[in-house]
Amino acid sequence: MPKAKVNGVEVEFEPGMTALQVAELAGEEIPRFCYHERLSIAGNCRMCLVEVKPGPPKPAASCALPAAENMEIFTNTPMVKKAREGVLEFLLINHPLDCPICDQGGECDLQDETLGYGRDDSRFQENKRAVEEKFMGPLIKTVMTRCIQCTRCVRFAAEIAGVPELGMIGRGEDAEITTYLEGAVTSELSGNLADICPVGALTHKPWAFNYRPWELKKTEGVDVMDALGSAIRIDTRGPEVMRILPRINEEINEEWISDKTRHVCDGLMRQRLDRPYIREKGRLREATWAEAFAAVAKRVSATTPDKMGLIAGDLQDAESMKAAMDLFTALGVKNIDCRQDGAQLGGARESYLFNTTILGLEACDALLLVGTNPRREAALVNARIRKTWLTGKLQVGLIGEAADLNYGYEHIGAGPASLAKLGAFGKVLKAAANPAIIIGQGALTGPGGAAVLRAAAKVAADHKMVRADWNGFNVLHTAAARVGGLDMGFTPRKGGKDVAGMIEAAASGKLDVLFLLGADEIAADKLGSAFVVYLGSHGDAGANRADVVLPGAAYTEKPGIYVNTEGRAQVMGRAAFPKGEAREDWAVIRALSEHLGKQLPYDSLEALRARLMQDHPTFGQVDYAPGASTAAGFDLKSVGEEGALSDKAFAGALSDFYLTNPIARASVTMAECSALAISVRRAPLAAE
Amino acid sequence: MSVRRLAKDQPASFAFAPETLALANWWIGKYPAGRQRSAVIPILWLVQKQDGWVSEPAIRAIAAMLNMDVIRVLEVATFYTMFQLEPVGRKALIQVCGTTPCQLRGSLELMAVCKDKIGAKDHLSADGDFTWQEVECLGACVNAPMAQINDYYYEDLTPESLAKIIDDFRAGSAPKPGSYAGRHTSEPEGGALTLTDPALYDGKAGKPIKSLPNLPKPEPAA
Repeated sequence: MPKAKVNGVEVEFEPGMTALQVAELAGEEIPRFCYHERLSIAGNCRMCLVEVKPGPPKPAASCALPAAENMEIFTNTPMVKKAREGVLEFLLINHPLDCPICDQGGECDLQDETLGYGRDDSRFQENKRAVEEKFMGPLIKTVMTRCIQCTRCVRFAAEIAGVPELGMIGRGEDAEITTYLEGAVTSELSGNLADICPVGALTHKPWAFNYRPWELKKTEGVDVMDALGSAIRIDTRGPEVMRILPRINEEINEEWISDKTRHVCDGLMRQRLDRPYIREKGRLREATWAEAFAAVAKRVSATTPDKMGLIAGDLQDAESMKAAMDLFTALGVKNIDCRQDGAQLGGARESYLFNTTILGLEACDALLLVGTNPRREAALVNARIRKTWLTGKLQVGLIGEAADLNYGYEHIGAGPASLAKLGAFGKVLKAAANPAIIIGQGALTGPGGAAVLRAAAKVAADHKMVRADWNGFNVLHTAAARVGGLDMGFTPRKGGKDVAGMIEAAASGKLDVLFLLGADEIAADKLGSAFVVYLGSHGDAGANRADVVLPGAAYTEKPGIYVNTEGRAQVMGRAAFPKGEAREDWAVIRALSEHLGKQLPYDSLEALRARLMQDHPTFGQVDYAPGASTAAGFDLKSVGEEGALSDKAFAGALSDFYLTNPIARASVTMAECSALAISVRRAPLAAE
Repeated sequence: MSVRRLAKDQPASFAFAPETLALANWWIGKYPAGRQRSAVIPILWLVQKQDGWVSEPAIRAIAAMLNMDVIRVLEVATFYTMFQLEPVGRKALIQVCGTTPCQLRGSLELMAVCKDKIGAKDHLSADGDFTWQEVECLGACVNAPMAQINDYYYEDLTPESLAKIIDDFRAGSAPKPGSYAGRHTSEPEGGALTLTDPALYDGKAGKPIKSLPNLPKPEPAA
C-alpha cells in the first residue's frame, strides 16, 4: 500500500483515497461542510484546506485531492489555519447571527468550526443577503438565509434518496437551494436532508422550537416502524420522546432512517392508554389493575381452552410475546398467532428470513422482487438496492405493482402466474453470479400465499440462488415483531386456528375470549360477542373494541428484544417510562398469570430473557444475522405448499405507508404526510 | 445581476416548432449516446429564439426531450442571465451595456432614455413591445456606449440616436445595426489612418507563394 506523511507521521493508505481520508487515518480532524462520506465530492465549501507537498505553494482542498505516494500533508501549519479562517469569514459574511433562535444551535457544524476558526468580530460592513423561505414539505423547515450552499441536500436527494427534485438555482450571491417549483420532497427519506445539513437551513419542521439538544437524554434503540430494526437514538426530555435520530449501523441503515421512523415520535404522546379500563354497559370505565385482572380471570375460568385465542401485534417485543405464549400454552390454548396480515410463513427459519442480509445486497447482481414495493415497505432496503443499482452491476426485475422505486427495473408481470414465466429476466438470473429474490408480504398473505412461496422457492432453486456461500432467498417483512414471533413459534398449535380462523370463530360465537397483545391490524369490529382483552399502548382499533383494556408500554418505554427481517436479534434500551399506571407488557402478563392460576416461572426481565434464550437460542445471538451461514442446510423444496398460482395482481402490503400501526395513526405528523402523499398520488401536477 | 425567478404568469403548454425541433435534434446528434443532456444549453437558446423567452412548460419539455431531471434544466436556465425567464418585448429587447468603458462613455444616459421611452428596467413595457435591460460587458468597448437590440449590436450611441432607434422599432422598421457615429466598424472616427494604400487590396502587393509550409513531401517517383 502507498504511504504518505500527515504532519510528519507516516501512514499507509489504500489507493484511491483522498488527502482528507488519509489525514483522518492519521487521526487528524479536518473541518468540512460540503464533504460527506456517503455522497459524491463537491469540493465547494473550501473548509478542508490543507498544505500539501509536493504541490503548488497554496492550500489545497483535501476532500477533492487524491492522495499520492510520498505525499506530505500538513493540517496544522499557520498557512492552513489562516486559509481556513479566511474561508470561514467568507461563509459567515452572509450567514445570519440568529443562533439563539436557530434549531441547529448546539449541534451545528458552522458553530463548531467557528469556535476553532472564527474571528471575534466581523469586518463586513455591507448588507447581508436574505433568501426567501422555500417550501419542502411537511417535514423540512427551511431558513434559507442560513444556507451556505454546500449542496449536501442536493446530492443526497439525487444520489441516495433517488428523487432529483432539489437543485441550486441562480448563481453567485443569488444562488438558492430549492425544490422544483417548491414542491414537497417526495422521498420517504426526506428527514435525512435536515440531518446532513451542516447549518440550520434545513431543520425538522415537526420539532421546530421544541428543544435544545443539550437538554435531551439520549438512549440507543431499535426502530419498530418496519421490520429492518434500523439503529436509532431516542432523545427524551423527562417523560417525552422529543425526537428520534439515526445511529450508524452499516449492516442495516448506514446512517439514514425513514421519515416514519423519525417523525412517529409525536404519536407516543397521543391516544395513550394510561390506566386499565373495563367495559360496562357498552362503555369503557376506568378501573384498577385488580378489577381488570379479576374481570379477565372470571371470563377465562368460565370457558374452555379451545374457545380462547391469542393474537400478537406488529410492534411487540419478544419478551412480552414469549410471556403471553407461555401463559396461553399453559392454559392449554392452541389458537395462537402473530401473523395479523395472514402471511403464510413458518417452518424452517431460512424460509422466512431475509437471508441475503441488507448489506449482502451490495454483492447481488440480479434481483427479482415479488409482490413488494421496498420503497414503502422497507425504505432502507430500497436505498441499498438503489446504491447497488447505481454501480451498474445490478439488474432488477419486478413482479407486482409497477411502482416508482427510484431505480430502473424490468416489469415482468403483476401476479403470481408470472413466477412461472420470467421471460428474458430468467436469462439474466441464470447468468448472474449472485442472484436473489425478495418476496414481499403482499405476495404471501391470503390463501394463495403458501403456493406463491413455493413457486418463489422454485425460482430460487432453478436459478441456483442458494449455495454454500450465498443465500439469495429473501422474505421482506413489514412487522417488527414478526420474525421474533415466528422464531419462538408464535403460530397456531396443532389443530389451532390462525388469525383469520379466530376472527371467523369469534364472529360466529365459537370463541369466548380473545387476547390481543398490541394487535390492531385485524378486523376488530367483526369479533362478534367474544370477550376481548387488549394489552397495548395506544387507544386504537383493538382498545376500541376491547372489553378489558390493560395499558402497556410503547416501544420506547420498555427494554426489549426485536428480531429484524434478517433474523438479527437486537436489544433495545428504555428511553422513557410507561405512561400513568401502564406497565411493561411482560410484567402485566406475569401479573395476569397469577390471577389465571398459571403463574409464570420468571419474576424479572432477566429471568424471562434467560428462559427465552434457553428455549429459542437464536434470541441470544444479539446483533448477528445468520445470512448465508445456514444456506447449506436449507431445503428450498420444503418451502411453502403446492398450489395453483392465480393471475390476480399482488395486493400491496401497506395500504398507507405513513399509517401502518397504532403509534403512526396517533401521530399528527404522519397524518399530514399521509394526506400529502395521497394528494400527490391523485394529482401529480397539483404542486405545480 | 439579481435573483432570477420564473415568471408568475406561465403559458399552459409549450410545443417545439418543426424547425426548432429539427435544429434541436441536430444538436442532440452531436453528442454520443447517453450524453444528450450536453445539448441543454443550445436547446434552451433555440427555445428562446422560438418564443422570445424560456417558459416553465418549455423547461419541462426540454427536460423530457433530453431525459433530464427538470430541476437540472431549471438550474441551467437560472444560472445564465442570457436566458430570459420572463416574456420580452415583441418588437425589441434592448440590452444596454453598463460596464465601465460604456459607462464612462455615457451608458447611463442611454439607460435614462430607455427608462423614459420604455419604462422600468427588466420589465415588459405597457404595450408589450419593448423590454430593456442593463447587461455586463458585451465586448464592444471600442464602440462604447452600445446596446444589443435583438440579435444585433448598435454602437457609438448617443441619447438622441438611441431614441430614434427606439422610435424606428416602434414604427415597425428595422434600423440598421452598427456604428451610429458614422464610422466603419471600429475604425477611427473620420476614417482609417493606417493600411490605406489601395495596393494592399487589389492584389498588387501580393507575392506569389512558392510552396506552402509543412506540406507533406511528394513521394519520390519510383
